Amino acid sequence: MKRDTPGLPKHGWPAKLVWPLVGLGLLLAFNGVFTPGFFRVEIRDGHLYGTLIDILNRGSQVMLLALGMTLVIATAGVDLSVGAVMAISGAVAAVLVTTTTLPFAVVILVVLAVSVAGGIWNGLLVARFRLQPIVATLILMVAGRGVAQLLTDGQIITFSDPRLVFIGNGHWMGLPFTTTIVAAALAVTWLLTRRTAAGLFIESVGGNETSSRYSGVNTRRIKTLVYAFSGLCAGVAGLIAASNIKCADSNHAGLYLELDAILAVVVGGTSLRGGRFYLLGSIVGAMLIQTLTTTMYMRNVSSDVAPVPKALVIVAVCLLQSSAFRAWLPGRIRVLRSLGRFRRENAA
Amino acid sequence: MRLPISRKHLPLTATALVLVVLYAGAAIRFADMGFFSLSILVNLFRDNAFLGVAAIGMTFVILSGGIDLSVGAVLAFTSILVAVLIRDDAVPPPAAIAISLAAGTALGLGHGCLIHYFALPPFLVTLAGMFFARGMGFIVSDMSIAIRHPFYADVMRLGIPLTRQVAFPPTAMMFLIVLAGGLYVAHFTRFGRNVYAIGGSEQSALLMGLPVGRTKVLVYALSGFCASLAGVVFTFYMGAGNPTWGIGLELDAIAAVVIGGTLLSGGVGYVAGTLMGVLILGIIQTVITFANLNTWWTKIAVGLLVLLFVLLQHIVSTVSSRSSSSPPLPKRTGDNRPVELPEKPS
Repeated sequence: MKRDTPGLPKHGWPAKLVWPLVGLGLLLAFNGVFTPGFFRVEIRDGHLYGTLIDILNRGSQVMLLALGMTLVIATAGVDLSVGAVMAISGAVAAVLVTTTTLPFAVVILVVLAVSVAGGIWNGLLVARFRLQPIVATLILMVAGRGVAQLLTDGQIITFSDPRLVFIGNGHWMGLPFTTTIVAAALAVTWLLTRRTAAGLFIESVGGNETSSRYSGVNTRRIKTLVYAFSGLCAGVAGLIAASNIKCADSNHAGLYLELDAILAVVVGGTSLRGGRFYLLGSIVGAMLIQTLTTTMYMRNVSSDVAPVPKALVIVAVCLLQSSAFRAWLPGRIRVLRSLGRFRRENAA
Repeated sequence: MRLPISRKHLPLTATALVLVVLYAGAAIRFADMGFFSLSILVNLFRDNAFLGVAAIGMTFVILSGGIDLSVGAVLAFTSILVAVLIRDDAVPPPAAIAISLAAGTALGLGHGCLIHYFALPPFLVTLAGMFFARGMGFIVSDMSIAIRHPFYADVMRLGIPLTRQVAFPPTAMMFLIVLAGGLYVAHFTRFGRNVYAIGGSEQSALLMGLPVGRTKVLVYALSGFCASLAGVVFTFYMGAGNPTWGIGLELDAIAAVVIGGTLLSGGVGYVAGTLMGVLILGIIQTVITFANLNTWWTKIAVGLLVLLFVLLQHIVSTVSSRSSSSPPLPKRTGDNRPVELPEKPS
């Protein structure tokens, strides 16, 4: 069997997917045993219904955010403003739909343009003014929610436009429409990053910004682009969030979702230090978090207490991924290594 | 051009300038409504005492190059723990306060250990800590609990009377005591100098033989202590405990530290700046109440102020890195972009 070429990191995403998949599998198995009817999927009016479908549907916002966040984190950045951008996007959509007679496509375009503008703002602060990403996006995180409240005049704006309601509640080919959106977004992101050089550039900027600049990569443009893309994803997620509850709630739309998105990305195997990124891992991470949340609701854990198990899971996953922790458990690491070798030899 | 003040003090001077202009402007604009009065000034300290206490802990974390996102949740957890312990008459109030402070400090200590020993990012660890503390608060009690104990009434009577109507409340005094302690620790102790050294360059601090690990762990413990003390101050201020309090407090605290001229990259900043940052946030809040504006203008104003100050810091740091002569000047590539040197040569 061929040894790994030294110096050239091999593309190890299947290995990175193992931990989140194991976690997801354990959670599903737990539910399979202890939650009656967890795996039941029934067809009503030609639509699929069931807890699993519900997890896909409810997890769609975090999955979308996680897609954008993956690319941002791959450049060694972070985007804290996605929750606020969601609130802005929902507010713009609701205001336009209720107070103007613009065609629906124009409304969507305006909403997405505003979200991208928010992302570009972040990107400019990070790339041009070299602010730390946490600080740069913190500004939009604090001010953005204020802007959203300004747009809606502090009110909760309800709407009944059937097309806008369809985004978050409709069904397409038996599945919730939100799932279709996530699948499309994942496919487009994958094609754009893995079938063009963009993914390589993003990883090189995250791996070593200085050397990628020396190699002729326009690091500023790459950084601006990933924040713009994250803004776009947040905009779509904001549309879904508003559509789900048929109103724009600037105070609560997307509140704390930036944290869930970051967790999904980290659980999915992308390091916060930047470099290699794993889109599929982030999606699995988002599913893991949503399954955990749904499991707790089904076990009658109050939504207020739910953060405690979530925190423990985060710490556990981070510890598993931390090389310092693995070194701290020398016996364990030997077992893990031999398991890995066994897997590689079997795969060869 | 030579600036009349040293570059080191420029952010702090800018903060002081903003504070004075803001206060003077508000005093003139709302002169007829009595803005420029002792009671408003005292209220500024009373209403922001909890924020100030938490922000001073945050200053140390940021000076060391880290961040603590858990302060708001720790405040809520402490407040409800104190309230429940006092309601159940389990222990006398001072002991209840001591237990809660110990719990908050222990949580911070846990953060520090995870961050230092397992090399996890502070951002992520304290995020998990925030979830944990918020959830634990709800486990202690899922609703607001009023504190009706003679001890609380006794303590609140300890205010220093300034005039016949206005007294300086004990919560504000607590803020000033923590401020004095923070100033002393930051500028007159070995621990404080170690924090600055680690924030400047962790590797250099390690090579100098400074106790990097112990200092980092203690910094987070200190922040946990300050956050739980802020929770205790808040119980005195509100006369109750509530697990929903302090949502977004971490952002206010970070904003106060940044506006106070502390560099988020660590190593540069002053505890006194944080006091000014807290006062600026407090004045903005008061002005918005006086002007009868909607509350969301607070968020927008705070966001803009943070932007202003980080941009100022950016300009100051680029100017000073160009003018210093010991490290080689940044070379310029063809497309006119300065090339930074890698921070940690490996």
